[in-house]
Amino acid sequence: MVDQHTVRAYDKDLDLLERRIAEMGGLAEKMVIDAMDALAAADTALAHQVVSTDPRLDMLQREVEEQAVLTIARRQPVAIDLREIIGAIRVAGDLERVGDLAKNIAKRSVKIGLESRVPRAIVGIKHMNDFALELMKDVLDAYAQRDIERALAVWERDADLDALEDSVFRDLLTHMMEDPRNITFCAHLLFCSKNIERIGDHATNIAETVFYLVTGSTLPTDRPRGRQESDIEADARGES
Amino acid sequence: MEQLVRSKPPEAESAGFLPASDIDTGVIPIRASGRGMLQVAVDETRRTAALKAPVKARVEALDFYYGELKALKSLTMDIREKQVTALIGPSGCGKTTFLRCFNRMHDLTPGTRYEGCIRLLPEDINLVARNIDPIEVRMRIGMVFQKPNPFPKSIFENVAYGLRIRGVRSQIRIQEEVEKALREAALWDEVKDRLATSALSLSGGQQQRLCIARALATNPEMLLFDEPTSALDPIATARIEELIAALREQVTVLIVTHNMQQAARVSHYTAFMYLGEMVEFAETNAVFTSPRDKRTQDYVTGRFG
Repeated sequence: MVDQHTVRAYDKDLDLLERRIAEMGGLAEKMVIDAMDALAAADTALAHQVVSTDPRLDMLQREVEEQAVLTIARRQPVAIDLREIIGAIRVAGDLERVGDLAKNIAKRSVKIGLESRVPRAIVGIKHMNDFALELMKDVLDAYAQRDIERALAVWERDADLDALEDSVFRDLLTHMMEDPRNITFCAHLLFCSKNIERIGDHATNIAETVFYLVTGSTLPTDRPRGRQESDIEADARGES
Repeated sequence: MEQLVRSKPPEAESAGFLPASDIDTGVIPIRASGRGMLQVAVDETRRTAALKAPVKARVEALDFYYGELKALKSLTMDIREKQVTALIGPSGCGKTTFLRCFNRMHDLTPGTRYEGCIRLLPEDINLVARNIDPIEVRMRIGMVFQKPNPFPKSIFENVAYGLRIRGVRSQIRIQEEVEKALREAALWDEVKDRLATSALSLSGGQQQRLCIARALATNPEMLLFDEPTSALDPIATARIEELIAALREQVTVLIVTHNMQQAARVSHYTAFMYLGEMVEFAETNAVFTSPRDKRTQDYVTGRFG
Protein backbone atom coordinates (compact mmCIF):
# COMPACT_ATOMS: atom_id res chain seq x y z
CA MET A 1 0.00 0.00 0.00
CA VAL A 2 0.92 3.62 -0.45
CA ASP A 3 1.62 5.91 2.50
CA GLN A 4 -1.08 6.49 5.01
CA HIS A 5 -3.74 9.14 4.75
CA THR A 6 -3.77 12.07 7.11
CA VAL A 7 -7.27 10.90 8.03
CA ARG A 8 -6.62 7.42 9.42
CA ALA A 9 -10.22 6.28 9.11
CA TYR A 10 -9.83 6.60 5.35
CA ASP A 11 -7.12 3.91 5.39
CA LYS A 12 -9.41 1.74 7.47
CA ASP A 13 -12.17 2.08 4.89
CA LEU A 14 -9.83 0.99 2.12
CA ASP A 15 -8.33 -1.85 4.18
CA LEU A 16 -11.79 -3.17 4.90
CA LEU A 17 -12.57 -3.28 1.19
CA GLU A 18 -9.38 -5.16 0.48
CA ARG A 19 -10.04 -7.69 3.24
CA ARG A 20 -13.52 -8.35 1.92
CA ILE A 21 -12.14 -8.96 -1.56
CA ALA A 22 -9.55 -11.36 -0.17
CA GLU A 23 -12.30 -13.23 1.63
CA MET A 24 -14.42 -13.37 -1.50
CA GLY A 25 -11.45 -14.63 -3.50
CA GLY A 26 -10.84 -17.47 -1.05
CA LEU A 27 -14.50 -18.48 -1.08
CA ALA A 28 -14.77 -18.39 -4.86
CA GLU A 29 -11.65 -20.51 -5.29
CA LYS A 30 -12.92 -23.04 -2.79
CA MET A 31 -16.27 -23.22 -4.60
CA VAL A 32 -14.57 -23.88 -7.93
CA ILE A 33 -12.42 -26.66 -6.41
CA ASP A 34 -15.33 -28.29 -4.57
CA ALA A 35 -17.69 -28.09 -7.53
CA MET A 36 -15.23 -29.98 -9.68
CA ASP A 37 -14.57 -32.57 -6.97
CA ALA A 38 -18.30 -33.05 -6.54
CA LEU A 39 -18.67 -33.53 -10.27
CA ALA A 40 -15.77 -35.94 -10.56
CA ALA A 41 -16.73 -38.04 -7.55
CA ALA A 42 -20.52 -37.72 -7.93
CA ASP A 43 -20.47 -36.40 -4.38
CA THR A 44 -23.94 -34.93 -3.84
CA ALA A 45 -23.25 -33.74 -0.30
CA LEU A 46 -20.26 -31.71 -1.46
CA ALA A 47 -22.29 -30.30 -4.36
CA HIS A 48 -24.97 -29.09 -1.92
CA GLN A 49 -22.29 -27.54 0.20
CA VAL A 50 -21.05 -25.53 -2.79
CA VAL A 51 -24.58 -24.33 -3.52
CA SER A 52 -25.07 -23.27 0.07
CA THR A 53 -21.81 -21.27 0.08
CA ASP A 54 -22.98 -19.01 -2.72
CA PRO A 55 -25.25 -16.73 -0.63
CA ARG A 56 -22.26 -15.87 1.55
CA LEU A 57 -20.34 -14.74 -1.54
CA ASP A 58 -23.31 -12.68 -2.72
CA MET A 59 -23.55 -11.04 0.66
CA LEU A 60 -19.87 -10.17 0.65
CA GLN A 61 -20.24 -8.59 -2.76
CA ARG A 62 -23.06 -6.40 -1.48
CA GLU A 63 -20.94 -5.44 1.49
CA VAL A 64 -18.10 -4.41 -0.81
CA GLU A 65 -20.47 -2.32 -2.90
CA GLU A 66 -22.04 -0.64 0.10
CA GLN A 67 -18.67 0.05 1.63
CA ALA A 68 -17.38 1.45 -1.66
CA VAL A 69 -20.40 3.71 -2.11
CA LEU A 70 -20.07 4.97 1.46
CA THR A 71 -16.38 5.67 1.03
CA ILE A 72 -17.01 7.58 -2.18
CA ALA A 73 -19.73 9.61 -0.49
CA ARG A 74 -17.65 10.31 2.61
CA ARG A 75 -14.19 10.93 1.18
CA GLN A 76 -14.56 11.93 -2.47
CA PRO A 77 -11.62 9.72 -3.39
CA VAL A 78 -9.35 10.68 -6.27
CA ALA A 79 -6.38 9.17 -8.09
CA ILE A 80 -5.08 5.89 -6.61
CA ASP A 81 -7.81 5.83 -3.94
CA LEU A 82 -10.54 6.18 -6.51
CA ARG A 83 -8.98 3.46 -8.63
CA GLU A 84 -8.74 1.18 -5.58
CA ILE A 85 -12.42 1.59 -4.89
CA ILE A 86 -13.56 1.20 -8.48
CA GLY A 87 -11.24 -1.81 -8.71
CA ALA A 88 -12.78 -3.38 -5.59
CA ILE A 89 -16.30 -2.97 -7.01
CA ARG A 90 -15.29 -4.60 -10.27
CA VAL A 91 -13.33 -7.47 -8.72
CA ALA A 92 -16.18 -8.18 -6.32
CA GLY A 93 -18.54 -8.40 -9.28
CA ASP A 94 -16.26 -10.82 -11.09
CA LEU A 95 -15.80 -13.03 -8.03
CA GLU A 96 -19.50 -13.15 -7.41
CA ARG A 97 -20.00 -14.40 -10.97
CA VAL A 98 -17.27 -17.00 -10.51
CA GLY A 99 -19.24 -18.25 -7.52
CA ASP A 100 -22.40 -18.48 -9.62
CA LEU A 101 -20.58 -20.48 -12.28
CA ALA A 102 -19.15 -22.89 -9.70
CA LYS A 103 -22.61 -23.23 -8.20
CA ASN A 104 -23.97 -24.10 -11.61
CA ILE A 105 -21.39 -26.86 -12.03
CA ALA A 106 -22.31 -28.22 -8.59
CA LYS A 107 -26.01 -28.21 -9.48
CA ARG A 108 -25.29 -30.08 -12.68
CA SER A 109 -23.31 -32.72 -10.81
CA VAL A 110 -26.41 -33.37 -8.70
CA LYS A 111 -28.61 -33.52 -11.80
CA ILE A 112 -26.29 -35.94 -13.54
CA GLY A 113 -26.67 -38.18 -10.50
CA LEU A 114 -26.75 -41.74 -11.58
CA GLU A 115 -26.89 -41.01 -15.28
CA SER A 116 -24.49 -43.24 -17.19
CA ARG A 117 -21.10 -41.64 -16.84
CA VAL A 118 -18.09 -41.54 -19.10
CA PRO A 119 -15.15 -41.31 -16.70
CA ARG A 120 -12.72 -40.53 -19.56
CA ALA A 121 -14.73 -37.45 -20.50
CA ILE A 122 -14.13 -35.88 -17.10
CA VAL A 123 -10.35 -35.81 -17.57
CA GLY A 124 -10.37 -32.90 -20.02
CA ILE A 125 -12.83 -30.90 -17.92
CA LYS A 126 -10.74 -31.49 -14.82
CA HIS A 127 -7.70 -30.26 -16.67
CA MET A 128 -9.55 -27.10 -17.72
CA ASN A 129 -10.71 -26.55 -14.18
CA ASP A 130 -7.18 -26.85 -12.81
CA PHE A 131 -6.01 -24.35 -15.38
CA ALA A 132 -8.82 -21.91 -14.54
CA LEU A 133 -8.02 -22.26 -10.86
CA GLU A 134 -4.40 -21.45 -11.51
CA LEU A 135 -5.48 -18.30 -13.35
CA MET A 136 -7.75 -17.38 -10.44
CA LYS A 137 -5.03 -17.95 -7.90
CA ASP A 138 -2.47 -15.96 -9.87
CA VAL A 139 -4.79 -13.08 -10.53
CA LEU A 140 -5.86 -12.87 -6.90
CA ASP A 141 -2.21 -12.79 -5.89
CA ALA A 142 -1.59 -10.13 -8.52
CA TYR A 143 -4.46 -8.13 -7.05
CA ALA A 144 -3.22 -8.50 -3.48
CA GLN A 145 0.32 -7.52 -4.41
CA ARG A 146 -0.55 -4.98 -7.10
CA ASP A 147 1.66 -6.98 -9.44
CA ILE A 148 1.12 -5.93 -13.07
CA GLU A 149 3.53 -8.49 -14.51
CA ARG A 150 1.61 -11.30 -12.96
CA ALA A 151 -1.74 -9.82 -13.98
CA LEU A 152 -0.55 -9.52 -17.57
CA ALA A 153 0.59 -13.14 -17.55
CA VAL A 154 -2.93 -14.21 -16.57
CA TRP A 155 -4.39 -11.92 -19.18
CA GLU A 156 -2.35 -13.66 -21.85
CA ARG A 157 -2.74 -17.22 -20.59
CA ASP A 158 -6.51 -17.13 -20.83
CA ALA A 159 -6.09 -17.86 -24.55
CA ASP A 160 -4.72 -21.29 -23.58
CA LEU A 161 -7.85 -22.00 -21.59
CA ASP A 162 -9.93 -21.13 -24.63
CA ALA A 163 -7.87 -23.58 -26.66
CA LEU A 164 -8.42 -26.27 -24.02
CA GLU A 165 -12.14 -25.66 -24.22
CA ASP A 166 -12.02 -26.29 -27.95
CA SER A 167 -10.33 -29.64 -27.48
CA VAL A 168 -12.74 -30.64 -24.68
CA PHE A 169 -15.58 -29.76 -27.02
CA ARG A 170 -14.28 -32.11 -29.73
CA ASP A 171 -13.62 -34.80 -27.17
CA LEU A 172 -17.18 -34.65 -25.82
CA LEU A 173 -18.59 -34.64 -29.31
CA THR A 174 -16.69 -37.84 -30.03
CA HIS A 175 -18.12 -39.52 -26.93
CA MET A 176 -21.62 -38.49 -27.89
CA MET A 177 -21.23 -39.87 -31.38
CA GLU A 178 -19.78 -43.10 -30.10
CA ASP A 179 -22.77 -43.90 -27.95
CA PRO A 180 -26.02 -41.91 -27.75
CA ARG A 181 -26.44 -43.00 -24.13
CA ASN A 182 -23.56 -40.66 -23.31
CA ILE A 183 -25.38 -37.64 -24.65
CA THR A 184 -27.08 -36.42 -21.45
CA PHE A 185 -23.91 -36.69 -19.43
CA CYS A 186 -21.71 -35.10 -22.08
CA ALA A 187 -24.18 -32.29 -22.72
CA HIS A 188 -23.98 -31.41 -19.03
CA LEU A 189 -20.21 -31.48 -19.27
CA LEU A 190 -20.35 -29.15 -22.27
CA PHE A 191 -22.09 -26.59 -20.11
CA CYS A 192 -19.55 -27.18 -17.37
CA SER A 193 -16.69 -26.54 -19.78
CA LYS A 194 -18.38 -23.31 -20.86
CA ASN A 195 -18.69 -22.30 -17.22
CA ILE A 196 -15.02 -22.96 -16.63
CA GLU A 197 -14.09 -20.99 -19.71
CA ARG A 198 -16.10 -18.10 -18.30
CA ILE A 199 -14.31 -18.37 -14.98
CA GLY A 200 -11.15 -17.77 -17.02
CA ASP A 201 -12.77 -14.70 -18.56
CA HIS A 202 -13.48 -13.32 -15.11
CA ALA A 203 -9.86 -13.92 -14.17
CA THR A 204 -8.85 -11.85 -17.20
CA ASN A 205 -11.28 -9.13 -16.20
CA ILE A 206 -9.65 -9.01 -12.80
CA ALA A 207 -6.23 -8.87 -14.47
CA GLU A 208 -7.40 -5.85 -16.45
CA THR A 209 -8.67 -4.25 -13.26
CA VAL A 210 -5.33 -4.81 -11.55
CA PHE A 211 -3.57 -3.17 -14.46
CA TYR A 212 -5.91 -0.18 -14.33
CA LEU A 213 -5.63 0.05 -10.58
CA VAL A 214 -1.84 0.21 -10.64
CA THR A 215 -1.20 2.26 -13.77
CA GLY A 216 -4.35 4.32 -14.30
CA SER A 217 -4.35 3.13 -17.93
CA THR A 218 -6.47 0.48 -19.55
CA LEU A 219 -5.37 -2.57 -21.49
CA PRO A 220 -6.41 -2.90 -25.12
CA THR A 221 -9.88 -4.30 -25.64
CA ASP A 222 -8.54 -7.13 -27.79
CA ARG A 223 -6.93 -9.85 -25.77
CA PRO A 224 -4.29 -12.03 -27.33
CA ARG A 225 -6.13 -15.06 -28.64
CA GLY A 226 -5.13 -18.51 -29.68
CA ARG A 227 -7.10 -19.69 -32.61
CA GLN A 228 -9.98 -17.51 -33.69
CA GLU A 229 -13.35 -19.02 -34.41
CA SER A 230 -13.00 -17.79 -37.94
CA ASP A 231 -9.88 -19.98 -38.23
CA ILE A 232 -11.85 -22.98 -37.06
CA GLU A 233 -14.56 -22.30 -39.58
CA ALA A 234 -11.93 -21.89 -42.27
CA ASP A 235 -10.54 -25.31 -41.29
CA ALA A 236 -13.99 -26.79 -41.57
CA ARG A 237 -14.28 -25.44 -45.07
CA GLY A 238 -10.92 -26.98 -45.90
CA GLU A 239 -9.17 -23.64 -46.34
CA SER A 240 -5.72 -23.05 -45.00
CA MET B 1 7.06 20.56 -18.05
CA GLU B 2 8.67 20.75 -21.42
CA GLN B 3 7.35 17.40 -22.43
CA LEU B 4 3.82 18.54 -21.76
CA VAL B 5 3.96 21.34 -24.28
CA ARG B 6 6.08 19.55 -26.80
CA SER B 7 4.09 18.89 -29.91
CA LYS B 8 3.63 15.28 -30.84
CA PRO B 9 3.42 13.78 -34.29
CA PRO B 10 -0.23 13.74 -35.42
CA GLU B 11 -0.59 9.98 -35.35
CA ALA B 12 0.29 9.99 -31.67
CA GLU B 13 -2.60 12.28 -30.88
CA SER B 14 -5.25 9.71 -31.46
CA ALA B 15 -3.81 7.99 -28.39
CA GLY B 16 -5.07 4.57 -27.51
CA PHE B 17 -2.73 1.98 -28.86
CA LEU B 18 -0.05 2.73 -31.30
CA PRO B 19 1.76 0.59 -33.80
CA ALA B 20 5.04 -0.96 -32.80
CA SER B 21 7.01 1.60 -34.76
CA ASP B 22 5.96 4.32 -32.35
CA ILE B 23 7.95 3.03 -29.46
CA ASP B 24 9.51 6.40 -28.74
CA THR B 25 6.32 8.43 -28.90
CA GLY B 26 4.85 7.81 -25.51
CA VAL B 27 4.30 4.09 -25.75
CA ILE B 28 5.64 2.14 -22.87
CA PRO B 29 6.55 -1.42 -23.71
CA ILE B 30 5.44 -3.35 -20.68
CA ARG B 31 7.04 -6.67 -21.36
CA ALA B 32 8.05 -8.90 -24.16
CA SER B 33 5.85 -11.93 -24.33
CA GLY B 34 5.55 -15.03 -26.41
CA ARG B 35 2.71 -13.39 -28.26
CA GLY B 36 4.63 -10.32 -29.29
CA MET B 37 5.43 -7.07 -27.61
CA LEU B 38 2.53 -5.81 -25.62
CA GLN B 39 2.47 -2.09 -25.60
CA VAL B 40 0.43 0.27 -23.62
CA ALA B 41 0.11 3.85 -24.59
CA VAL B 42 -0.09 5.65 -21.34
CA ASP B 43 -2.16 8.81 -21.11
CA GLU B 44 0.83 10.98 -21.93
CA THR B 45 -0.13 11.24 -25.58
CA ARG B 46 -3.76 11.81 -24.76
CA ARG B 47 -2.88 14.57 -22.35
CA THR B 48 -0.52 16.24 -24.75
CA ALA B 49 -3.06 16.17 -27.51
CA ALA B 50 -5.61 17.83 -25.28
CA LEU B 51 -3.34 20.76 -24.48
CA LYS B 52 -4.31 22.33 -27.75
CA ALA B 53 -6.28 25.52 -27.11
CA PRO B 54 -4.30 28.62 -28.05
CA VAL B 55 -2.02 29.98 -25.35
CA LYS B 56 -3.26 33.12 -23.62
CA ALA B 57 -0.37 33.65 -21.24
CA ARG B 58 3.02 32.03 -21.33
CA VAL B 59 4.87 31.87 -18.05
CA GLU B 60 8.58 31.44 -18.60
CA ALA B 61 11.12 30.73 -15.89
CA LEU B 62 9.30 33.01 -13.48
CA ASP B 63 11.08 33.64 -10.19
CA PHE B 64 9.65 35.83 -7.50
CA TYR B 65 11.39 37.14 -4.41
CA TYR B 66 10.07 38.61 -1.18
CA GLY B 67 13.38 40.25 -0.26
CA GLU B 68 15.81 37.37 0.08
CA LEU B 69 13.11 34.72 0.11
CA LYS B 70 12.61 33.08 -3.23
CA ALA B 71 8.90 32.36 -3.23
CA LEU B 72 8.50 31.15 -6.81
CA LYS B 73 11.10 28.98 -8.43
CA SER B 74 11.41 29.04 -12.16
CA LEU B 75 7.78 28.46 -13.00
CA THR B 76 7.01 27.63 -16.58
CA MET B 77 3.54 26.94 -17.88
CA ASP B 78 1.10 27.88 -20.60
CA ILE B 79 -2.29 29.26 -19.64
CA ARG B 80 -4.73 28.24 -22.35
CA GLU B 81 -7.21 30.72 -23.78
CA LYS B 82 -10.83 30.46 -22.58
CA GLN B 83 -9.99 27.53 -20.39
CA VAL B 84 -10.05 27.30 -16.64
CA THR B 85 -6.70 26.60 -15.03
CA ALA B 86 -6.65 25.72 -11.34
CA LEU B 87 -3.70 26.17 -9.02
CA ILE B 88 -3.64 23.80 -6.09
CA GLY B 89 -1.12 23.08 -3.37
CA PRO B 90 -0.70 23.28 0.39
CA SER B 91 -0.64 26.62 2.19
CA GLY B 92 2.57 28.49 1.56
CA CYS B 93 3.34 26.73 -1.70
CA GLY B 94 3.21 30.00 -3.62
CA LYS B 95 0.01 29.62 -5.55
CA THR B 96 -1.52 32.90 -4.39
CA THR B 97 1.82 34.67 -4.86
CA PHE B 98 1.87 33.31 -8.38
CA LEU B 99 -1.72 34.39 -9.07
CA ARG B 100 -0.98 37.88 -7.82
CA CYS B 101 1.93 38.24 -10.25
CA PHE B 102 -0.60 38.24 -13.08
CA ASN B 103 -1.99 41.61 -12.12
CA ARG B 104 1.01 42.98 -10.36
CA MET B 105 -0.43 42.93 -6.88
CA HIS B 106 3.05 42.71 -5.41
CA ASP B 107 4.20 46.06 -6.74
CA LEU B 108 3.36 47.88 -3.53
CA THR B 109 5.10 45.38 -1.26
CA PRO B 110 8.62 46.67 -0.66
CA GLY B 111 11.55 44.42 -1.50
CA THR B 112 9.73 42.24 -4.01
CA ARG B 113 11.29 41.36 -7.32
CA TYR B 114 10.24 39.45 -10.43
CA GLU B 115 12.56 37.55 -12.73
CA GLY B 116 11.56 35.77 -15.90
CA CYS B 117 8.33 36.69 -17.60
CA ILE B 118 4.61 36.23 -17.98
CA ARG B 119 3.86 37.00 -21.59
CA LEU B 120 0.31 37.91 -22.48
CA LEU B 121 -0.45 36.71 -25.98
CA PRO B 122 -1.04 37.43 -28.80
CA GLU B 123 0.50 40.90 -28.24
CA ASP B 124 3.39 39.38 -26.34
CA ILE B 125 3.47 41.87 -23.47
CA ASN B 126 5.55 40.86 -20.48
CA LEU B 127 3.16 41.51 -17.59
CA VAL B 128 5.89 41.67 -14.98
CA ALA B 129 8.20 44.04 -16.87
CA ARG B 130 8.93 47.33 -15.09
CA ASN B 131 7.90 49.45 -18.05
CA ILE B 132 4.40 47.98 -18.16
CA ASP B 133 1.81 50.04 -16.29
CA PRO B 134 0.11 47.92 -13.60
CA ILE B 135 -3.14 49.86 -14.05
CA GLU B 136 -3.22 48.85 -17.68
CA VAL B 137 -2.51 45.25 -16.67
CA ARG B 138 -5.38 45.29 -14.17
CA MET B 139 -7.81 46.59 -16.79
CA ARG B 140 -7.04 43.55 -18.88
CA ILE B 141 -6.74 41.06 -16.07
CA GLY B 142 -9.40 41.24 -13.38
CA MET B 143 -9.21 39.74 -9.92
CA VAL B 144 -11.75 38.33 -7.49
CA PHE B 145 -10.68 37.80 -3.91
CA GLN B 146 -11.37 35.31 -1.18
CA LYS B 147 -13.67 37.58 0.76
CA PRO B 148 -16.17 39.63 -1.20
CA ASN B 149 -14.97 43.23 -1.08
CA PRO B 150 -17.56 45.45 -2.69
CA PHE B 151 -17.03 49.22 -2.39
CA PRO B 152 -19.31 50.86 0.17
CA LYS B 153 -21.34 52.32 -2.66
CA SER B 154 -24.48 51.41 -4.54
CA ILE B 155 -24.68 48.19 -6.49
CA PHE B 156 -24.72 50.18 -9.71
CA GLU B 157 -21.67 52.28 -8.81
CA ASN B 158 -19.65 49.21 -7.87
CA VAL B 159 -19.91 47.92 -11.41
CA ALA B 160 -19.74 51.32 -13.10
CA TYR B 161 -16.53 52.19 -11.27
CA GLY B 162 -14.11 50.49 -13.64
CA LEU B 163 -15.84 52.03 -16.63
CA ARG B 164 -15.59 55.52 -15.17
CA ILE B 165 -11.88 54.96 -14.43
CA ARG B 166 -11.53 53.98 -18.05
CA GLY B 167 -13.00 57.33 -19.02
CA VAL B 168 -16.36 56.16 -20.23
CA ARG B 169 -18.63 59.23 -19.92
CA SER B 170 -21.82 58.26 -21.73
CA GLN B 171 -24.53 57.44 -19.16
CA ILE B 172 -26.32 55.20 -21.64
CA ARG B 173 -23.16 53.29 -22.39
CA ILE B 174 -22.43 52.87 -18.70
CA GLN B 175 -25.95 51.63 -18.02
CA GLU B 176 -25.68 49.12 -20.81
CA GLU B 177 -22.33 47.85 -19.67
CA VAL B 178 -23.42 47.57 -16.03
CA GLU B 179 -26.47 45.55 -17.00
CA LYS B 180 -24.37 43.34 -19.26
CA ALA B 181 -21.80 42.69 -16.55
CA LEU B 182 -24.48 41.96 -13.94
CA ARG B 183 -26.18 39.56 -16.32
CA GLU B 184 -22.91 37.81 -17.04
CA ALA B 185 -22.33 37.48 -13.33
CA ALA B 186 -25.81 35.94 -12.98
CA LEU B 187 -26.86 38.66 -10.57
CA TRP B 188 -29.06 40.93 -12.68
CA ASP B 189 -32.41 39.33 -11.89
CA GLU B 190 -31.75 39.53 -8.18
CA VAL B 191 -30.69 43.19 -8.10
CA LYS B 192 -32.28 44.94 -11.07
CA ASP B 193 -34.94 46.57 -8.90
CA ARG B 194 -32.54 47.89 -6.31
CA LEU B 195 -29.47 49.03 -8.19
CA ALA B 196 -29.27 52.17 -6.10
CA THR B 197 -29.12 50.39 -2.75
CA SER B 198 -25.83 49.78 -1.00
CA ALA B 199 -23.79 46.83 -2.17
CA LEU B 200 -23.25 45.96 1.47
CA SER B 201 -26.94 45.02 1.79
CA LEU B 202 -26.35 41.98 -0.43
CA SER B 203 -25.67 38.49 0.90
CA GLY B 204 -22.11 37.11 0.81
CA GLY B 205 -22.72 35.07 -2.32
CA GLN B 206 -24.36 38.02 -4.04
CA GLN B 207 -21.50 40.29 -3.02
CA GLN B 208 -19.04 37.85 -4.54
CA ARG B 209 -20.99 37.80 -7.78
CA LEU B 210 -21.08 41.60 -7.66
CA CYS B 211 -17.28 41.57 -7.43
CA ILE B 212 -17.19 39.29 -10.44
CA ALA B 213 -19.52 41.69 -12.30
CA ARG B 214 -17.23 44.55 -11.31
CA ALA B 215 -14.25 42.66 -12.72
CA LEU B 216 -16.17 41.79 -15.89
CA ALA B 217 -17.31 45.35 -16.58
CA THR B 218 -13.99 46.36 -18.09
CA ASN B 219 -14.09 43.39 -20.48
CA PRO B 220 -10.94 41.72 -19.18
CA GLU B 221 -9.17 39.01 -21.13
CA MET B 222 -8.37 37.07 -18.04
CA LEU B 223 -9.94 36.68 -14.62
CA LEU B 224 -8.01 35.67 -11.53
CA PHE B 225 -9.89 34.03 -8.68
CA ASP B 226 -8.23 33.72 -5.31
CA GLU B 227 -10.26 31.12 -3.41
CA PRO B 228 -13.49 32.80 -4.48
CA THR B 229 -15.81 30.48 -2.57
CA SER B 230 -13.97 29.79 0.66
CA ALA B 231 -16.20 32.23 2.53
CA LEU B 232 -19.46 31.05 0.96
CA ASP B 233 -22.04 28.39 1.74
CA PRO B 234 -22.48 25.40 -0.61
CA ILE B 235 -25.34 26.93 -2.56
CA ALA B 236 -23.54 30.23 -3.17
CA THR B 237 -20.45 28.16 -4.02
CA ALA B 238 -22.39 26.18 -6.60
CA ARG B 239 -23.63 29.45 -8.15
CA ILE B 240 -20.09 30.78 -8.44
CA GLU B 241 -18.88 27.51 -9.95
CA GLU B 242 -21.73 27.60 -12.42
CA LEU B 243 -20.73 31.15 -13.23
CA ILE B 244 -17.10 30.18 -13.79
CA ALA B 245 -18.25 27.49 -16.19
CA ALA B 246 -20.26 30.09 -18.12
CA LEU B 247 -17.45 32.66 -18.05
CA ARG B 248 -15.08 30.48 -19.97
CA GLU B 249 -17.04 31.35 -23.09
CA GLN B 250 -15.42 34.75 -22.93
CA VAL B 251 -12.45 34.90 -20.60
CA THR B 252 -9.47 32.89 -19.56
CA VAL B 253 -9.76 31.92 -15.92
CA LEU B 254 -7.02 31.21 -13.42
CA ILE B 255 -8.26 30.04 -10.04
CA VAL B 256 -6.53 29.30 -6.77
CA THR B 257 -8.48 26.93 -4.58
CA HIS B 258 -7.98 24.89 -1.46
CA ASN B 259 -10.98 22.81 -2.30
CA MET B 260 -9.66 20.07 -4.52
CA GLN B 261 -13.08 18.84 -5.51
CA GLN B 262 -13.71 22.34 -6.74
CA ALA B 263 -10.57 22.26 -8.88
CA ALA B 264 -11.68 18.89 -10.22
CA ARG B 265 -15.14 20.25 -11.01
CA VAL B 266 -14.45 23.62 -12.59
CA SER B 267 -11.08 23.45 -14.27
CA HIS B 268 -9.68 22.02 -17.47
CA TYR B 269 -6.08 22.15 -16.38
CA THR B 270 -4.62 21.81 -12.95
CA ALA B 271 -1.23 22.84 -11.71
CA PHE B 272 0.04 21.40 -8.46
CA MET B 273 2.56 23.63 -6.69
CA TYR B 274 4.76 22.75 -3.77
CA LEU B 275 7.41 24.86 -2.03
CA GLY B 276 7.36 27.45 -4.80
CA GLU B 277 7.78 24.91 -7.56
CA MET B 278 5.45 23.67 -10.23
CA VAL B 279 5.37 19.94 -9.53
CA GLU B 280 2.82 18.85 -12.06
CA PHE B 281 0.76 20.61 -14.66
CA ALA B 282 -1.64 18.61 -16.76
CA GLU B 283 -5.24 18.15 -17.72
CA THR B 284 -7.44 18.15 -14.64
CA ASN B 285 -8.85 14.71 -15.42
CA ALA B 286 -5.37 13.27 -15.48
CA VAL B 287 -4.30 14.98 -12.26
CA PHE B 288 -7.27 13.62 -10.36
CA THR B 289 -7.32 10.11 -11.77
CA SER B 290 -3.69 9.22 -12.39
CA PRO B 291 -1.23 11.89 -11.32
CA ARG B 292 2.36 11.37 -12.41
CA ASP B 293 4.28 12.76 -9.49
CA LYS B 294 4.14 11.08 -6.12
CA ARG B 295 3.86 14.46 -4.35
CA THR B 296 0.81 15.32 -6.45
CA GLN B 297 -0.74 11.97 -5.66
CA ASP B 298 -0.06 12.36 -1.95
CA TYR B 299 -1.62 15.80 -1.97
CA VAL B 300 -4.77 15.08 -3.95
CA THR B 301 -5.46 11.89 -2.03
CA GLY B 302 -4.90 13.52 1.36
CA ARG B 303 -1.65 11.85 2.34
CA PHE B 304 0.33 15.02 2.85
CA GLY B 305 2.01 15.79 6.16
